[in-house]
Amino acid sequence: MGTRRTLGRTSRIAATLAAGALALSLTACGGDDDGGGGGDKGGQQDGGKDTATSVTLPKLDGESLEVAAVWTGAEQENFKKVLAEFEKRTGAKVTFVPAQDPIINFLGSKIAGGAPPDVAMLPQPGAIKQAVDKGWAKPLGAEATKELGENYSPGWQEIGKVGGKQYGVYYKAANKSLIWYNAQVFENAGAAEPKTWDELLTAAQTIYDSGVTPFSVGGADGWTLTDWFENVYLSQAGPEKYDQLAKHEIKWTDPSVKEALTTLAEIWGKKDYVAGGASGALQTEFPASVTQTFTGGDQPKAGMVYEGDFVQVNIGETDAEIGTDAKVFPFPSVGDTAPVVSGGDAAVVLEDSKAAQALATWLASPDAATIQAKLGGYLSPNKNVDVSAYPNDVQKKIAEALVAAGDDFRFDMSDQAPQAFGGTPGKGEWKALQDFLKNPKDVAGAQAKLEADAAAAYGS
Amino acid sequence: MTSATAAGTSPGPAAPKSRRSVTGTRRTVAALFLLPALVLLGALVVYPIGYSLVRSFYDQSGDSFAGFDNYQALFTDDGIRTALKNNVIWVVFAPTVATALGLIFAVLTERIRWGTAFKLVVFMPMAISMLAAGIIFRLVYDQDPDKGVANAVWVGVHDTFAESSAFPKAHPGRDSPLEPAGGGAFVTKRPVEAGTPVVVPLVGVAPDRMPEGAKQAAAAEPEDGKVTGTAWQDFTRGKGVGKLGGVDVAELGYAGMRIEAVKDGEVVASAKAADDGTFTLPAAADGALLRLPADNFKEPYNGLNWLGPSLVTPAIIGSYVWMWAGFAMVLIAAGLAGMPRELLEAARVDGANEWQVFRRVTVPLLAPVLAVVAVTLMINVLKVFDLVFIIAPGSSQDDANVLALELYRKGFASDQPGVASAIAVFLLLLVIPVMWFNVRRLRREVRR
Repeated sequence: MGTRRTLGRTSRIAATLAAGALALSLTACGGDDDGGGGGDKGGQQDGGKDTATSVTLPKLDGESLEVAAVWTGAEQENFKKVLAEFEKRTGAKVTFVPAQDPIINFLGSKIAGGAPPDVAMLPQPGAIKQAVDKGWAKPLGAEATKELGENYSPGWQEIGKVGGKQYGVYYKAANKSLIWYNAQVFENAGAAEPKTWDELLTAAQTIYDSGVTPFSVGGADGWTLTDWFENVYLSQAGPEKYDQLAKHEIKWTDPSVKEALTTLAEIWGKKDYVAGGASGALQTEFPASVTQTFTGGDQPKAGMVYEGDFVQVNIGETDAEIGTDAKVFPFPSVGDTAPVVSGGDAAVVLEDSKAAQALATWLASPDAATIQAKLGGYLSPNKNVDVSAYPNDVQKKIAEALVAAGDDFRFDMSDQAPQAFGGTPGKGEWKALQDFLKNPKDVAGAQAKLEADAAAAYGS
Repeated sequence: MTSATAAGTSPGPAAPKSRRSVTGTRRTVAALFLLPALVLLGALVVYPIGYSLVRSFYDQSGDSFAGFDNYQALFTDDGIRTALKNNVIWVVFAPTVATALGLIFAVLTERIRWGTAFKLVVFMPMAISMLAAGIIFRLVYDQDPDKGVANAVWVGVHDTFAESSAFPKAHPGRDSPLEPAGGGAFVTKRPVEAGTPVVVPLVGVAPDRMPEGAKQAAAAEPEDGKVTGTAWQDFTRGKGVGKLGGVDVAELGYAGMRIEAVKDGEVVASAKAADDGTFTLPAAADGALLRLPADNFKEPYNGLNWLGPSLVTPAIIGSYVWMWAGFAMVLIAAGLAGMPRELLEAARVDGANEWQVFRRVTVPLLAPVLAVVAVTLMINVLKVFDLVFIIAPGSSQDDANVLALELYRKGFASDQPGVASAIAVFLLLLVIPVMWFNVRRLRREVRR
């Protein structure tokens, strides 16, 4: 870590500039090294030639900006470095305002107080829409939209739009279609990384036969269950149905939902497949579901755990090394193609000014994303960010999967739903799926409950 | 009274020298002195209550009048109904149990030498915030006996009476000659013959979970007039099954596995597998089906599901009692200390035994204190929030719901301030009779 940071300080800007322009050549040779390799290469090449920046920013001496986001800890530190680079290039002064979840309520009080931040990072499409409906968000200007168009696939642009106008720049992404596994367990069982659902079931059986429970499910937190469902549903029913269900245009009593739940029950329904059985899983919170998979040597509580790239943070709390002890494979395809369910944080301008627009432009540029990518724990939907910028193989793999999905990714469904349905502990979809985990035979009952709650929450 | 006059006269020197009567003449001064308190009370107590009341009649956005819709929602919503039911359970049990325990502690500690030390210990949980207590009990009630002390004790007690088996997860692999026989037992599909070794391959037990003595599995030798066979873990670490249904190197025998030969539902012979998994049955087993009885595979007892839907409310009430029994004890002990000793002595002289003294003299004399304690706890219990919020895991929060928690969830999580305000008003209505009782009692005390 230390070496990478010092390296980064001296050559970061240089590397950044090089990265965008040399994306192709670097991907070719950047695949087989890890650690700070990307930084090294960028630095070397820079010495010779490349000096051009990929984004043009206006001079903003004397201007000051406020950016609000819910990030804490290392994530916040890393983001501040991106802001520092912006300050350096434009001369503006940027202050980071720490916010609390749900950020939309935080912004509400700030706006009511007459001092909203200039730019805010909003986590869900629903929140952006809410901000637009309330007249808080301002559309992006021409430069920011242009920068966005160059670097983002249409799908990622689309989810930042409300009513045809571009409001959000998805600066940070989460890949929620990953299954993390304990490499030792897989090796002991002689199991291979599965590509399809059937292979996943075979691998699970093999692991079970070897004497380890295959899955760890963090069922005390309802959102891990909705994410499970979303991956199965997206892959099995396809993106169109997924969008319809997300908007509640089709009912939860639809046969496609039945099929997805039945498929899910192939894992959830076997009590020996889930660590602690259903009742144990329902009391396991997400962080524990990760740590119990990567502690306990040859006999962890479970062999695999499903969740997004942020699982790394929790693995960091154990002794397991990411990439050697803890490995990852994309969520296998249930239907024709493997699902890519994502989440993310979008920058939205709240106080329209030249400086705020410039910051949005900056955040849409590969330069900004590359700075944070190098620092780790971050994933960018920006397709012009060189994969070699990510600090390790696992990160590279996750980023590749996300970018390769192009426009086929779908945003987390429960994040798109009204909060009463998709985001409240013990209510709506969270509770319905917890009940389903408890009683996986009752598919029809789960569907009926989901539909009743959805109808109440969507008001239709 | 003296202090009151003192306070009243303190501004005296600044006022005109002629001291007029205390009442009437200096109304403005009185108002002036009352003003800060009134402003504070008004702004911090009366206004929020009034606003909540008004808000409860408006819809979600707060723009249009909704009449009694929110109150209707209050009594039709399933979540609120469970909350209401749980609140009733709380109000009935938590104060009574806490007061009863407090009474017992207070009376007993009065008699012993180390009473104060004991009281200190019982009172100590009061020094912890509800939030911290919640976090502690979340761990205490953890399902995993390795983490949760409640289950550790429970499982410990249980396991001294009923032992678990060595192969809880063992099961037939694919294409197995075994099939489930119901109740967790497995049975061979075909009858066995004497002289032909039987294979009983199972999977699902990791090598380090095998019983101590387990050795490398060996194929059984055929023996005339006897049924021989091997029961073993048909899974090689890192390689999978290997030879399906055949003994590979590094596969371990199921040492101590019980095997029964069954003919027409009757056990005709039984054996225990040796360390290498081999077993021998007498000739009587010829033509029988081999059964692996269910007690080979009994799951280790995992304790009670404390935080599951059915036990979660009692469990949380338990943690509440842990915190507040000390409070009840201290108040009751104070009441006991002020009790006239002569009465107790008189009763003893009259020949009453200790139980009668307690029952007929102590408790009736303490009744006012007990009532104050119980009522105070009741008010406290009606607004219980933090313990439930923290201890109940997300999956059973619905089952542990109480009104204050539902208020929070409606107001801040599902963005329904109207309904939340209605719950707040309803809670206020529930508290008012109890408060009225307390105030009246206080007044009577003062008059006495």
